This record gives sequence, C-alpha cells and structure tokens, in this order.
Amino acid sequence: MMEAQMNAPIGKVRAMNPKIFGLWLFIISITMIFISLSSAYIVKQAEGNWRIFEFPDLFKVTSLIIVLSSVSMHWSYIAAKRNNLLQIRLGLVVTAILGAAFMIGQFVAWNELVSIDVNFSGGNPAESFVYVFTGLHVAHLIGGVIFLAVMLKASFSYKVHSKSLTKIEMCTTYWHFLGGLWLYLYLFLVLNN
Amino acid sequence: MSVTDIQLQENTAHDDHHDDHHEQSFIEKYIFSTDHKTIAKQFLITGIFWAIIGGAFSVIFRLQLGFPDMTLEWLKPILGKWIDEGGKLDQEFYLALVTMHGTIMVFFVLTAGLSGTFSNFLIPLQIGARDMASGFMNMLSYWFFFLSSVIMFISLFLETGPAAGGWTIYPPLSALPQAIQGSAGGMTLWLVSMVFFIASTLLGGINYITTVINMRTEGMSFSRLPLTIWAFFITAVIGLLSFPVLFSAALLLVFDRSLGTSFYLSEIFIGGEALPNIGGSPILYQHLFWFLGHPEVYIVLLPALGITSEIISTNSRKPIFGYRAMIGSMLAIAFLSFIVWAHHMFVSGLNPFLGSIFMFLTLIIAVPSAVKAFNYITTLWKGNIVFTPAMLFSIGLVSFFISGGVTGIFLGNSALDINLHDTYFVVAHFHLVMGSASFFGLLAGVYHWFPKMFGRMMDEKLGYIHFWVTFVGVYLVFFPLHYIGIAGFPRRYYAFTNFDAFSAFTDLNTFVSVAAILTFGAQFIFIFNFFYSMFRGRKAPANPWRSNTLEWTTPRNPGHGNWPGAIPKVYRWPYDYSKPGAEEDFIPQHIPLSQTPESNLEEENELAKTEEVRESKNVEDSH
Repeated sequence: MMEAQMNAPIGKVRAMNPKIFGLWLFIISITMIFISLSSAYIVKQAEGNWRIFEFPDLFKVTSLIIVLSSVSMHWSYIAAKRNNLLQIRLGLVVTAILGAAFMIGQFVAWNELVSIDVNFSGGNPAESFVYVFTGLHVAHLIGGVIFLAVMLKASFSYKVHSKSLTKIEMCTTYWHFLGGLWLYLYLFLVLNN
Repeated sequence: MSVTDIQLQENTAHDDHHDDHHEQSFIEKYIFSTDHKTIAKQFLITGIFWAIIGGAFSVIFRLQLGFPDMTLEWLKPILGKWIDEGGKLDQEFYLALVTMHGTIMVFFVLTAGLSGTFSNFLIPLQIGARDMASGFMNMLSYWFFFLSSVIMFISLFLETGPAAGGWTIYPPLSALPQAIQGSAGGMTLWLVSMVFFIASTLLGGINYITTVINMRTEGMSFSRLPLTIWAFFITAVIGLLSFPVLFSAALLLVFDRSLGTSFYLSEIFIGGEALPNIGGSPILYQHLFWFLGHPEVYIVLLPALGITSEIISTNSRKPIFGYRAMIGSMLAIAFLSFIVWAHHMFVSGLNPFLGSIFMFLTLIIAVPSAVKAFNYITTLWKGNIVFTPAMLFSIGLVSFFISGGVTGIFLGNSALDINLHDTYFVVAHFHLVMGSASFFGLLAGVYHWFPKMFGRMMDEKLGYIHFWVTFVGVYLVFFPLHYIGIAGFPRRYYAFTNFDAFSAFTDLNTFVSVAAILTFGAQFIFIFNFFYSMFRGRKAPANPWRSNTLEWTTPRNPGHGNWPGAIPKVYRWPYDYSKPGAEEDFIPQHIPLSQTPESNLEEENELAKTEEVRESKNVEDSH
C-alpha cells in the first residue's frame, strides 16, 4: 500500500505553490483590515469634530529606511537564486537591522507626537487613528522580522538555495508587502490631512 | 522540473511514511489530528454541542415570552441567581440569553459547524485530493475555534453573566462596562473569543481556497466541480474578505473599552457623570460591523445551498437545472453581499438618498436568489424523486428559502423598514431564510454524508419523524412571528404585559413558545439517531445514494490519504444522472467517456477519441 501511494500522482501540480498562494490570501486578509480602517478614518473625518495636526518628519526617514530594507531583502532573494550564501545571510541581516531601525524610528515618532499633545487615548479619534495605523503595521512587521530570523537560521543550515526558494520567496513577498503597506498608510494619512 | 514539484513529492512521501510505518496514537488520530476528515468531525461535534446550548437558551426566553406569569423556580438548579426571589427570570439575564443565542447560532453553529464540517470533509474528497493544502493550519483552525468556544463557554458562568448587548454588540452599550452587567466581564470574554474565532475562520478559509484552486485531481476543471465545492469556495472567499473587517471593528471597540480612546464614543452621561470621550461615532461601528455582518449571512447560507444542490440533483436522479446559472447566481450573491450592508442601518440616521441606493442594491439580490429557487424546483420537476431524509431536509430548505426570502423584499424597502425594523417581523424573516434554511442544509448534509463520515447509515424512520416535526415546527414558530411583528412587537423586550395594545397577542405568543419547545425537543431524536448510528447503524454500502461525486469511490472508511491507490481521474461533470442511453441512471465522474459510448452525446464521442484514460484499477477494486 505504501508503494502504491508513493507512486500515486497527487494530481496535476498547478502553476502556483500552495504555500505561496496561501501567503497571498493571508496578505489579502491583512489588506482588508487596513482598507476597513482607512474607510473608517474617512467616514469619521467626514462627520467633523476632527483634529488636524502635523505628522513628525521622522516618518519620511522611516519611509526611506523601509524602502532600503526592501532593496536589501530583494538582494538576498537574488543571492539565493545564485546560491551565494554569504550574500543571502548579509541581505537578511541588513534587512532585519533596517526593520529594527524602522521600528525604533516609529517609536521615536510616537514620542514626538506625544510631545505635541497627540495621544493614543483620551483625545480626538484623529489622534488615536494614527497610532492604530502605525501600531498595527509595526505588529505585522514584528512578524516579518521573526520570519527573517527563521530564514537566517535556515540559511545557516544550508536550506536556502536555488533549488529551495519557496520560503525565501514568501519572506520577500511578505516584506515587500509590509513596505508597500507603510508607504500606502503614510500617503493616506498625509493626503487626508 | 521545478523546485516546487520536488518539494510536494517530498511532502506526500513524508506523510505516507508517517502514516504507514507506525499506528498513530490516539491523540494524533482523534485529538491533534491533521486529517481533514477528523477535523470535520471535530467541527461537527462541537457544533452540535453549541446548537444544544443555543437552542436551550431560546427555549428559556420563549418560556418568559409565552408564559409571562409562570414561575421559573424549577430552573433555579441550572440558572441559580438568575431566577429572582419571585421565581422570575432576571431581566438583564434575558438580554444575555438573547445575545448568546444569536452569537452561538450565527458564529459557532452555522459558521463553524456548517462550513467547518462540510468544507473540511468534502473539499478534498470531492475534488480528489489526499488532504487539505496544509493539514497543520487546518488543525490550528479547529483548535483556535475550540479555544474560542472554551472562552465563550466560560463567559456563561461569570457572576455578571455573558455579553448582553445583542449579538451585534453595538456601542455605546457594549463599550461601557458600567452600562449593564452584561457589558462587563462577559463582553470582554466575548471579544477575546471572537478574536480567536476570526483567526480560526481565516486559517480555515485560506486552506479551503488554496486547496480548491491548487489541489484538484486531473480532469477536475472548475466547470466540473460539484456545486458543493463551488459554494464552499465562494463562502471562503467572502469570509476572507469580511472577517478582517470584523476584526477591525472589534479592535477599535477593545481600545474604546479598555484603553480610553473615543472611536465610537462621544458626549455620554452615565449615572449622572459625564464621560471624557469626545469625537467618536457609534454609527461608525455599525458600518464596520455590517460590512462583515451582511456577508456573514451568505457565509451561513451559501454552504447550505451548495449541499442542497448536490442532494436535490442526486435524489431527483436528474442533472441540476442550470449548473452555470447556479454558479453565476452564487457569484452574484457573493458580490452583492458586500454592497448592501447599510440596509441594516436605514433608521440609524442614514441619508435617505443613500438609503434608496442601498435599497435598490438590496432588492437586486432577489434576482440571483430567485434563479436559485427556480433551479431547485425545475431540478425536482419530473424527477424520479427518492425521498431520503437528506432529500426532505433539502426540499425543506428550498421552502424556507422562498417563504423567508419573500419577506426580505419587504424589509429591503427603506420606507417600509421604518415601520418594520427591530420588530418580530425581522426576527421571523431571518430565522426562516438564514437560520432555519441553513440549519436544514446542515442537517441534510449530515444525513447525506453520514455514511461516508462513519461508514454506517442513519436510521431512516427516525430521520422522517425528525424531519416532519422540525419542518412543521419551524413554520409554527416563525409564521406567527410575522403577525406579531406587523402588530409592532419590538425584538429583545423582556415582557409585553404592560402594553394593553399587545394583550390580544398573548395566546399567539404562548402558541409560538409551545411550538418552539416541541421543535427543540424533536432535535433530540436526531442526536440519538446520530450517536446511535455511529456505533450501531447498518453498515453503509460503497455508494448508498448512487451518487456521481468522487467521495463515493473511496473505501467505506477512507484512511489517511483518502484513496488507497491512485487518485481517480475525472472525465465528466458530476451531474450525469438519468443520461439517455446509459445502463444505470448515474455515471460517476471517474468513468471515462470512452467506456460509455451508448450514452455519449456527439461532441462527447469526439472527446472520447482523444481522451487519455488512466488505469485506475484500485478505484474499481475498492467498490
């Protein structure tokens, strides 16, 4: 029986790996969270009683950092395709460091917001929304950094190479998504202010 | 040769290795199982457990409504201090009962119990896959649901009671713990429980979609998928898009409750004290909630409709009428379900112009719904109908779908809704079209696929008794509620004894309560039948309903991997019933066209010439 099952074709393998496909569905559901929050923001803003304030300039710096981290992530992915182990690891480490830098930047930006009396709680919803957007994004980014750590470990046990690209492809996709998500959120906040 | 190919092969090889070399332990096999069939049964049993609790709650509040003067002292052993000194039901606990009845039925029974059971069970079996795309995620999906169930269950025993703000948990009531007892600890647990529930639904949904798209067997094109799979697939897509929105709504509510934000709160005085929250809007919550809430209706209903399509076609011995129209109408319903949410908010101060747009969009749903009802009836028309219990429940579903759907046209009208909103008319409408119809779909599915789940048949006689009592009972309960609703009875009221205008309806309310108790009692016939047949039922033949779909080509008790040999290849659509010229009145999907020259249409004969028939000896053996 075992042999029969081993030989049994599992059906035609479709164009996409189920795991990568699943990741895309996961990304869609995260996107829905942010779409619903954005629309809540617009609806609430249209109702009036809305405080307007300046966003910290630090957000521009963190935006740059996250764009750079996407570049290093992609560099690592290309290195994996070319079986360049050193560059894979270097890329992953640089991405993780940039990710951490981004999070620290966001944290400092929150402090700057607090210093101009924009608080998460006890104030106008306009103030709270900024923290919800940035906070939820950082929460997802923590997941991304953990993913990077897992990939780094895998690269040290020689599991990331041109014949085993699925995981690093997923990691890259997720990381690019997080970068894009931040750029969208920042743009959304600036344009609606 | 791509890399992904190799990895997939490795994975299956690993699974087989795991399965064949040592017997799985009890825990691996029945508790932390990654097998889709076991997970489906876990969902089903948990769903049955919740259905009993949810049903019992409705009986308790029906006692209060039907017999307002009755003393409920005898319930004291169960309800304890919720029965006060005078033997009356506590008024706040009444609200908690209504809230938990809704929550349990909508989420735990008809979402997890229905989709969780049948999507898990049927998707791999009917598309010809060894298991779900990710067995681990599937297991996680069940255990998140289990955790969510445990938390919700614990909330029933809190001193302040479970959540009591209605299953829609509108703020500000739900956002202020000091508002009523039910908004305190019970509400917190409700929200925590729902977070796990959402995670469970998303994990399940991602798996269903991935499996249907990526794991179909050879020949199983989308145009050959059974309508059950189409329904589960579309349901999963709706869930994937709408549950994250519930997450957002609940997240902001949690912030308002616990962290002092003001998303939904503004200028509130409570207990003579002004709250600091300014600038929020409770209507915002309603928008977010109903953006999930309305699609949720179809998450509950579509799987039931898919199951019905399959059962009605099989037992009418006729191809389903309008296969493509069925798919088209499901897609249309799914699309429309996202752009009608504000019809729940016609009287919330919504701009009347916006109201007419949402009214228009709402009424359009009648079109694909009517297409489905029409197709069910025309499939039945002149069929050689076999009245199995599953078939009766499916026909019952069609009946509820029509009689409950018609009142939707009244309620969808923004002008009429001014009168009818929040009355028992609404209660009657959604209990028929969404509650009872989906519940009948669930029961029909259990009766139909029980032989595949447990290898035994359920008792038919008990099934017939169960059907007739339930079917008549449901109408006796919900039909009078339309009149009560038109008379102006508002939902969720503890008692109507203080209103003279309503006293003429006292007897009708008593009648409804008696019918509800009988209907609830009849469900125990099913529960007995279910558990008795699991161990003592007649052993099931390989294909008891003479059905075409792939699940009946597996052994009586399919093991891990479903098919002992090769997965059968698919050569035709699943509805070749009573095909002219054929020997039998059904031709299963795995029979090649080249083997049935007597019944082939002209173009099928052409196809048969180029068909690549794969040896599927094992499949034949397993018959």
